[in-house]
Amino acid sequence: MNAVRKQRLILVLLLLAGVGLAVALMLFALRENINHYFSPAQMAAGEAPVGQRMRGGGLVVPGSVERDTESLKVSFRISDGVGEVTVRYEGILPDLFVEGSGVVALGTLGNDGVFEASEVLAKHDENYMPPEVQKAIDDAHPKSGYSKPAQTTAQSELRSLQDGS
Amino acid sequence: MNWTFFHKLGSPKWFYDISGKWLPWLQVSSLVLILVALVWGLAFTPPDYLQGNSYRIIFIHVPASFLAQAVYMMMATAAAVTLIWKIKLADMALKVMAPIGASFCILSLATGAIWGQPTWGTWWVWDARLTSMLILLFLYIGIIALRGAIHTTEAAAKACAILSLVGVVNIPIIKFSVDWWNTLHQGATLKLTEKPSMAPEMLWPLLLAILGFYLFFTLVMVLRLRIEILSRERKTRWVKELVS
Repeated sequence: MNAVRKQRLILVLLLLAGVGLAVALMLFALRENINHYFSPAQMAAGEAPVGQRMRGGGLVVPGSVERDTESLKVSFRISDGVGEVTVRYEGILPDLFVEGSGVVALGTLGNDGVFEASEVLAKHDENYMPPEVQKAIDDAHPKSGYSKPAQTTAQSELRSLQDGS
Repeated sequence: MNWTFFHKLGSPKWFYDISGKWLPWLQVSSLVLILVALVWGLAFTPPDYLQGNSYRIIFIHVPASFLAQAVYMMMATAAAVTLIWKIKLADMALKVMAPIGASFCILSLATGAIWGQPTWGTWWVWDARLTSMLILLFLYIGIIALRGAIHTTEAAAKACAILSLVGVVNIPIIKFSVDWWNTLHQGATLKLTEKPSMAPEMLWPLLLAILGFYLFFTLVMVLRLRIEILSRERKTRWVKELVS
């Protein structure tokens, strides 16, 4: 490689390093703002703004979902293994809302520590498997709470029946 | 070190001659792979335990997203070659790849939105993964527009190469966004260091689809590059002989 090309190579590397450093510093400064939601641990520790619209996300605690029989009101607790927050919501929950799996809720955290949600989105994980495999895992590890088996065996059996497989 | 091969690769005429032989292979292999992968994935794989049939869009969404990022990496490489070695063919490749990458990016964003509606409950959220992918689309559009705005070929080559290189910083951000920040988008299913978190009967059609998309990209890229070579080299003797 001749001297001119070597010089241009160094310039290109310097350009990349400079831009990389600038963006890294910017992202580091904005690190909290880029997070899409606050975790229950952050809300419990007082890191999340109280009384302001924001998002909270975590796994729905199995057995914590209470539905009002008269209306669409529902309350459940979300957890990240460290903290737990109660969420209240009125409306239709997404299809993938199941106990033990992730949700992201938009709303406000009250002074009483209860999160009043105006929108609930379901967050699914990166695991994909057929219902039979899921059933086999369920049978081998009965209800461990937060593991992949987000749905009960009955539900996944129903789904596989519906899909005709 | 022997640079003959490298310099030969940079010759438009040499590339035009050799790439003509690749075309039939690329056409057949990309068509067969994509057809097999999509029929297998859409009709024969079992449904997902949680998402049912709606997860099947993964067989288009993931390959399109892979390509949107891979094409940008190739453009950045071509940009570095353009700046350092001043090889004309690298700039031609950079030019013809940009619209292809932008198309994959639009496909990825569109299929992602269609997938998000039934599963998450929304078409779009401003989380780190979705936003950085949108920035990638703007980078593609910016590079295409920049070339259109500069009339001298040499100046356009330099400007587009610098913009492509600056934008490459976005690629690791897209890749690691789901690990660095809380996002609605789930983490990576296909990982380099770990076993993929997908059942094998779903994984195979997905891998085939990714390979098929790569071949399809290569085909479209080579076709466009051949046209670009003819148009830029139209004053040379070999092109005049070829057309006459």
